[in-house]
Amino acid sequence: MTVQATENVSTSYSQPSDRRGGFYTAKRFGTPLLVIAALGGLLLFLYSRGEPDKIEAFALNWDYMLAKIDEHIRISLFSAIVVALIAIPMGIVISRSKSRIVSAVVLGLANVGQATPAVGVIILLALTFGIGWATAVAALVIYGLLPVLRNTITGIAQIDPNITEAARGMGMRPLQVLFKIELPLAVPVILAGFRTALVFSVGVATIATFINAGGLGEVIVVGLKLTRPAVLLTGAIVVSCIALLLDWLAGLAEDALRPKGV
Amino acid sequence: MANKTGATIELLNVSKVYPNQPEPAVENFTMTINPGELVMLVGPSGCGKTTTMKMINRIIEPSSGSIKIDGQDILTLDQNQLRRNIGYVIQQIGLFPHMTIAENVAVVPTLLGWSKDKIRARVAEMLELVELDPSVFSNRYPKQLSGGQQQRVGVARALSADPPVMLMDEPFGATDPITRERLQAEFQQLQANIGKTIVFVTHDFEEAIKLGDRIAVLSKRSKIEQFDTPANILANPASEYVASFIGEGAALKRLALMRVDSAVESGNATGPAISRDENLRVALDSVVLNAGRPVPVVGGGRVSIESISAALGIDVSRLGQ
Repeated sequence: MTVQATENVSTSYSQPSDRRGGFYTAKRFGTPLLVIAALGGLLLFLYSRGEPDKIEAFALNWDYMLAKIDEHIRISLFSAIVVALIAIPMGIVISRSKSRIVSAVVLGLANVGQATPAVGVIILLALTFGIGWATAVAALVIYGLLPVLRNTITGIAQIDPNITEAARGMGMRPLQVLFKIELPLAVPVILAGFRTALVFSVGVATIATFINAGGLGEVIVVGLKLTRPAVLLTGAIVVSCIALLLDWLAGLAEDALRPKGV
Repeated sequence: MANKTGATIELLNVSKVYPNQPEPAVENFTMTINPGELVMLVGPSGCGKTTTMKMINRIIEPSSGSIKIDGQDILTLDQNQLRRNIGYVIQQIGLFPHMTIAENVAVVPTLLGWSKDKIRARVAEMLELVELDPSVFSNRYPKQLSGGQQQRVGVARALSADPPVMLMDEPFGATDPITRERLQAEFQQLQANIGKTIVFVTHDFEEAIKLGDRIAVLSKRSKIEQFDTPANILANPASEYVASFIGEGAALKRLALMRVDSAVESGNATGPAISRDENLRVALDSVVLNAGRPVPVVGGGRVSIESISAALGIDVSRLGQ
């Protein structure tokens, strides 16, 4: 069981992005161009259809859409930050503990959190703690914990043990080894996990609408229930664009924060 | 504890027993190392030589026994303070990849709270000491350096706070043979100037002969089979085990430890002259290349097969037969 858990850690973590190729690559400009093209195409399509009907007009207006986008970004970002605040320290503590059992159990629980359908988690939580924003955040956090936790553990575990031994051999205290050596070297891997969690969070935040916590899920659900494909499509495309843009920004942050020389 | 010359290291009945292992890794190891002495611990893998060395800076805690540096029991010291006063060089070097060369060398002085100016001056001094130009290398990162250059940085980093004691764990083991020879020669020169007390672990007996003031040949559980100067071990191996370690050609290895000085005889010779400071192995090579005829020595006299044989006590014309 412990062996399985270790293998799990070493094989299935989110890989840091490859920086070779530098800033001026298709990757850097590709994402924003894609997002502009998608949104432009969407607007063109919507305006070319002429005047929306009354139901469509409820959703397809700038005030409503901007409010929903705002809600959506807030809830996703907030959950991702809570995930980082919980999962990174937890990962550090687990990688400090000598016991393989602790890490197997915690990773197992985080696996369960992610493997359980998000809709199930959010509804179970709502039944227990009531509906609303806080419950939605809790569900998103449970869902997003795994990638950051796993990458923090992997990020620290993959450091060449000779480097940490040299650090100890020179008289660094355990906390100095952690903050001066281990964490800086683990940053790329930890950030890659955070990026994954952020994208998860944007996608899964669409179900927050089921427990009255707002977001673009509402637009999608309106489109579905009232059979208005244009509304459904608008909600889905905008969510995808947010996910792509946040991933792109996180990628830039990853490059900026990656220690030089690594 | 920081001073220019080395310190005395005394290990008394030091043992290391790992839990769940029937046999101790190190058993009753006792050794006194004099200030400024370079002691080589030689033995096969798994004999406990590295464990023995790592107990001196308490990377591995001894199970029993006492270790003293300059009379002070190190087991009573704060282990981080202790380590800041012991240079540590390992085979894999362990440079910090996210720090520049200058930052790497500055680690221990920074831990000791030196002023920025003092650290900067010291880093430059250390890089020059290991023959790396500070203006070129200070701001580079470890991965931009070759293996040999990285190992030089490793040595500079270990020496940066001027520790009286250095521990070196196969420091040149991972480099190619040509780089290794160069690093060994540089290190020999360096040690002649700085005179640290050094415990040097290696499995390469040739390296031990070349660098060591004294060699401890170890067998299982870090048992000392023989602890003596290279010349004495080569001349009188204490046991079959030690002899097997020396392997073939002990006489030739001994020649490499003797200076031309010791075999000069009077008389004339023709051929390329050889310096008095060279070793006798080189002299023998010259004689052989001179078709077995004696070669002249710079400053007068000559060396011949007979004079080399007399110095060694063995007829060298019969070596290799």
